[in-house]
Amino acid sequence: MKKIEALIRPQKLGEVKEALNKLGISGMTVTEVVGCGRQKGQKEIYRGIEYEINLLPKVKIEIVTVDEKVEEIIKIISESARTGAIGDGKIFISEVLDAVRIRTGERGTAAITSPKEGER
Amino acid sequence: MKKKFLSLLFGLILLPNLSLAGEPGYNPGDVTFVLLSAALVFLMTPGLALFYGGMVRRKNVLNTVAMSFIAIVVVSLQWILIGYTLSFGNDVKGIIGDFSYLGLKNVMGLTVSNLPGYVFVVFQLMFAIITAAIISGSVVERMSFAAWILFIALWTTLVYDPLAHMVWGGGMLFKLPTLDFAGGTVVHISSGISGLVAALILGKRKEGENAPLMPHNLPLTILGAGLLWFGWFGFNAGSALAANNLAALAFINTNTSAVMAALAWALAEWLHRRKVTVLGIATGAVAGLVAVTPAAGFVTPTSSVFIGLVGGVLVYIAVGILKAKFNYDDSLDAFGCHGVGGIWGAVATGIFATKAVNPAGADGVLYGNFGQLLNQLAGVGLAIALAVVGTVIILKLIGIFLPLRVKDEAESIGLDITVHGEDAYKDLIFTGKSVPFS
Repeated sequence: MKKIEALIRPQKLGEVKEALNKLGISGMTVTEVVGCGRQKGQKEIYRGIEYEINLLPKVKIEIVTVDEKVEEIIKIISESARTGAIGDGKIFISEVLDAVRIRTGERGTAAITSPKEGER
Repeated sequence: MKKKFLSLLFGLILLPNLSLAGEPGYNPGDVTFVLLSAALVFLMTPGLALFYGGMVRRKNVLNTVAMSFIAIVVVSLQWILIGYTLSFGNDVKGIIGDFSYLGLKNVMGLTVSNLPGYVFVVFQLMFAIITAAIISGSVVERMSFAAWILFIALWTTLVYDPLAHMVWGGGMLFKLPTLDFAGGTVVHISSGISGLVAALILGKRKEGENAPLMPHNLPLTILGAGLLWFGWFGFNAGSALAANNLAALAFINTNTSAVMAALAWALAEWLHRRKVTVLGIATGAVAGLVAVTPAAGFVTPTSSVFIGLVGGVLVYIAVGILKAKFNYDDSLDAFGCHGVGGIWGAVATGIFATKAVNPAGADGVLYGNFGQLLNQLAGVGLAIALAVVGTVIILKLIGIFLPLRVKDEAESIGLDITVHGEDAYKDLIFTGKSVPFS
């Protein structure tokens, strides 16, 4: 099991979500975050005084998935979140030790995959 | 039966006129207009609360709004007890009114400028309220709420009331005469200068260096600016104290100056920063409203074009350039907008005033009377002196008994939670259970 954390432009969230949906990935957690990378901040002006805003709003998508699907998901997110300009974001992948579905008590991959037909 | 009912109904419709007819000499149109103008001026203070509230950080929005609302509470009481008589009582040495209307005694039956006494009392009350509230713009996000309450009670009594008496109540500036149609000197110079002095005495906000002190909700500020603009028609047109052509002239001048200053700010910002900001348009409009206030009933509409244009540029320079240069923390620019705008307005009145639009006024420099400009400068000077001396003394006095600022920790957590125990914007996650009073 792996966790994929993707930090993307907020305006790209819709596209990314749709592309993941087509792949059959519907489980995800989305958070509004701020952060900075190599992208420079933006300038804002209030009553004639300029402010440098160096933490920019981003959206973080977290997906926990089975190992086989990781590369596909990375590809989908990269393609749909890309504009080509600095500030498109990053994807981090990490190991997940275990998972629990609270309703049934299922563990491991069973906790993160859809229930089999007939069990719904 | 039907006939009787109709005649009763007809009688009821006529009743407002009949009841006023019982007090001979009052024009119901004038009375209605000035009472409604008073209500419009009242609305400016909640408007100012939103205007200011949107410009502070989210942790201080309620405290900022509260500073304006508590001004309504404190000054309303002060005004009926002692404020009105100090401002409009019989003249004592050109400086202040006597106690002839203490607690509003002797106001029943009094006629002021062809209006029933209470109408004038209530109209003037609204000016006293917003003047105190304006000062909060200089001290928000750090001043102790208790100190603020004491401050406005004392300030209204010791600075506002004498100044209102000197300019409007038959005092020395009234006799000079210094022209101030709706409060450029009494309201805006006094509050703007006092704000600056208070900001200097309190010192800067702690977090300015590393965390930018930026507005948290501009739509709130824009709504507040809109309410201010709307209420200003009562402020300036109502100051004609009658439903007449002079009131309409003041109305037109008010709007003209506001739009010109908004335009001037937008142009200045475009040239300076290549952006036309919404906060800039709103601030420019307020600057234009301030600038035309003393002139509103003394100048022509074309003069208002110039007054607004110059007012917008001057306030832009004060707020956007000079404040950073001199490095003082006038949080929301009460000095920049009201002090600078008000001084320009008072000077402009001395330049553009003409008896052609208001025979009760005076001619200014452009109409051959250089002396009026000197009269205006005398008003400006006296207002500045009174505001500086009064504010210093009052704050030093309060400082003996109470801390003027909140503790550093409270400032960093935010005044909404630490002073009022309330949070303007609830987070999604909260825990705990309600604790009943015991």
